[in-house]
Amino acid sequence: MELSTKYLMEKLQRDLAAEHVAVEDNTTRSLCACSFRVLAVSAKFERKPMLQRHRLVNACLAEGLLHINAFEQKTLIPEQWARER
Amino acid sequence: MSGSLSRAAAALLRWGRGTGGGGLWGPGVRAAGSGAGGSAEQLDALVKKDKVVVFLKGTPEQPQCGFSNAVVQILRLHGVRDYAAYNVLDDPELRQGIKDYSNWPTIPQVYLNGEFVGGCDILLQMHQNGDLVEELKKLGIHSALLDEKKDQDSK
Repeated sequence: MELSTKYLMEKLQRDLAAEHVAVEDNTTRSLCACSFRVLAVSAKFERKPMLQRHRLVNACLAEGLLHINAFEQKTLIPEQWARER
Repeated sequence: MSGSLSRAAAALLRWGRGTGGGGLWGPGVRAAGSGAGGSAEQLDALVKKDKVVVFLKGTPEQPQCGFSNAVVQILRLHGVRDYAAYNVLDDPELRQGIKDYSNWPTIPQVYLNGEFVGGCDILLQMHQNGDLVEELKKLGIHSALLDEKKDQDSK
């Protein structure tokens, strides 16, 4: 099972019809082995509370998460993303 | 990924590491072994037994992971002293069981009033946007940050 950041990004992009996706290997920063950091921007998150957004991402990455030790995520709707930039 | 959220998260991940303090603000650290187990019924009872329940890697005095530490520090900031903390590193059945029960892949996990709230990311965002103060209030827990704010306002 390939765990490259590229694979994760492409899957997120596809499943969430994401406007923007970023996946970072977070291992050094978090000090937890095999740790990733994900940013996903998608209209699918509209009107969904944080927990539901995160569950959407979890479902998308389900297979990958079996091998991932630690995982941070930030989920934004396009409007929030535009404001942040 | 830039932004204040990740800077705050980074600060919380580093803060408090190694400063045991043992018992200063002693949350109820429940022993995860013997009977905590991993069955859905047992976990259901566990998360409903206390208002604030967290599943951590390590203990509040000695978190073994930055994300678990962040949860502990956030609760400390709000002055939440009385909460149940279960160390999944002590019990592999508990570690897998809680992931299945919550349908959530990682530790730490936070439960408020028997309801799954999320992991460290969500708790951090709730802390920053004021939702955590509100949720604690609903549980009859007065956040310490409210007192701080009051002091600042009156100066």
